[in-house]
Amino acid sequence: MKKRLPDKKGHFGIFGGRYVAETLIPALVELEASYKSAKKDRAFTRELAHYSRDYAGRETPLYFASRMTKALGGARIYLKREDLCHTGSHKINNTLGQALLARRMGKNRVIAETGAGQHGVATATVAALFGMTCRVFMGTEDVARQSSNVLRMRMLGAEVVPVESGTRTLKDAMNEAMRHWVSHVRDTFYVIGTTAGPHPYPAMVRDFQSVIGRETKRQIMQQEGSLPDFLIACIGGGSNAMGLFHPFLHYRGVHMIGVEAAGAGIHTGMHAASITAGKLGVLHGNKTFLLQDDDGQIQETHSIAAGLDYPGVGPEHAYLHDTGRADYVAVDDDEAVKAALFLSRHEGIIPAMESAHALAYVMKLAPRLRKDKIIIVNLSGRGDKDAGIIAARMKERVA
Amino acid sequence: MKRLETTFFKLRERNEKALVVYLTAGDPNLTTTLDILRVLSESGVDIIEVGVPFSDPTADGPVIQAASQRSLRNGTTLSAVLDMITSFRKISETPVVLFGYYNPVFRYGNARFARNASNAGVDGVLIVDLPPEESQELRQYTDRAGIDFISLIAPTTPTGRIRTIARASSGFLYYISITGITGTAKPDSSSVKKEVKRIREVTNLPVVVGFGISTAGQAADLSRHADGIVIGSALVRLVGTHGTSRKLMQIVGSYVKEIKNSMRMKR
Repeated sequence: MKKRLPDKKGHFGIFGGRYVAETLIPALVELEASYKSAKKDRAFTRELAHYSRDYAGRETPLYFASRMTKALGGARIYLKREDLCHTGSHKINNTLGQALLARRMGKNRVIAETGAGQHGVATATVAALFGMTCRVFMGTEDVARQSSNVLRMRMLGAEVVPVESGTRTLKDAMNEAMRHWVSHVRDTFYVIGTTAGPHPYPAMVRDFQSVIGRETKRQIMQQEGSLPDFLIACIGGGSNAMGLFHPFLHYRGVHMIGVEAAGAGIHTGMHAASITAGKLGVLHGNKTFLLQDDDGQIQETHSIAAGLDYPGVGPEHAYLHDTGRADYVAVDDDEAVKAALFLSRHEGIIPAMESAHALAYVMKLAPRLRKDKIIIVNLSGRGDKDAGIIAARMKERVA
Repeated sequence: MKRLETTFFKLRERNEKALVVYLTAGDPNLTTTLDILRVLSESGVDIIEVGVPFSDPTADGPVIQAASQRSLRNGTTLSAVLDMITSFRKISETPVVLFGYYNPVFRYGNARFARNASNAGVDGVLIVDLPPEESQELRQYTDRAGIDFISLIAPTTPTGRIRTIARASSGFLYYISITGITGTAKPDSSSVKKEVKRIREVTNLPVVVGFGISTAGQAADLSRHADGIVIGSALVRLVGTHGTSRKLMQIVGSYVKEIKNSMRMKR
């Protein structure tokens, strides 16, 4: 009964696939084969486990947020502390896996796209760790609003390439990374940071991130003796959510909710909620829900969280939405800011603006639930990088 | 016989090579594009590739990216491009290939696209991000509408795969002469020669060579190795520079004539 997805061509139902220019196809075929053999190789999985534990700091805690739970007066809230990973977010889970794979394939140059800079930092980090050269593409809008991560990448020896084209955010960084990859495909490994892109990326990134959900399952069984009622995570491309959700997919009683960025509000058109408000289309190598106009041109997106500021969503999320296995909702910038401050002041944890979207939905959901229900929220990253953005918002409010 | 097939047949009889020219539709506007198409067909161009602009052209270099942006700012849509081709068909029989990315076509509707493109007089389509593994979803309609499905072959494509691509294609094959994006590097003549030979060993479809060809000298040299060459970014750059000038048509006409003449002289 349990169907393994994606299928051989990388499709999740009607979603996913490999819609890229011919120049890249052979590289993707090679990557797929290498990944398949690495997955079965004990030495590879052992080495990844070693770096995950001794370098990245896994496993991360599953923390019962008692003051937050009490303040909201409903379900018991647990935080999966991916913010405690080395480099400050879950992104390192994936970059360690891909860098080890690159090394196995004999490729010593890595490139990456980044929005918030978390994936860029995580890629620059593993490149330094394994002695690889690293180039990170980042929209100039994001370079300005996530400047601390730009500095970190440069300290780590990576070259940060500001991208001026289009909307100057994550989508354009990905365009430019793909252009660079087309031109240097023979010796360059493209480390995609989310569960999107052409096959095998959505499946591979999901697998590397699934460590989050596997740990969570074990931890919640230990702490509560039962599975959670709700899993909640923010969705840009969807890697932290997929990492948490995937190991729970076949437990029918576990509800999964992905939280998209509603920006200034869905009704304003200034948002990044591709499942909530998008239409089926093809971008960056996969078929999925996209924010686009009637002529199939990709639209500008808006979110206070640079890591969610993307017009598409990973194909497996599109599939989970389509089949009804997971629900997708959206919260706006203001709600996310409030949630970030709420967590900071109730638990002493400053979350990334991306993760704050998930928390904002928890704040709506938890009070409506009975006290014996369990919510687990993926705290995907820490918020140091966003201090400037929050400070600016607070000043606006006072003025 | 279909227009593309006839074109290559006649060229072969005359012992000539095809000059294929790409331009981005709607840059600076569709009226000018129609004028340019007429000039191209009167100046010896054998096949015209009409680029449908897309917001995220990941296989294109800066020149065509900028042209696509200008075109989209002017509100160019796929259906307006088809209308423009309908007008062109009233004055010329030069084959037209629609060149672009999949999303605008997919959004328009694959069946509707094939029907309306065929009615407009489109002879072929080349969708950059639709490799044979995914192309059936569009090809089932274009095949039925009598529109040729043209595919790309890259320097990185293994020979076995060339066979797969050729089987899923018609009209001609487009060999990407550099490992890169449009208009950014110069192809190497001897490797193009070798690669086209590799393609010809597995298919009888005509092979044209493009990406990075801009001068008459390159055109003359590379066309010896294939059935034709493609000029893209170089012409788009001319249009970008002289788009609103009265001299544009004259400049475009003499540029393509020079290229075509150089290809004839080497025969």
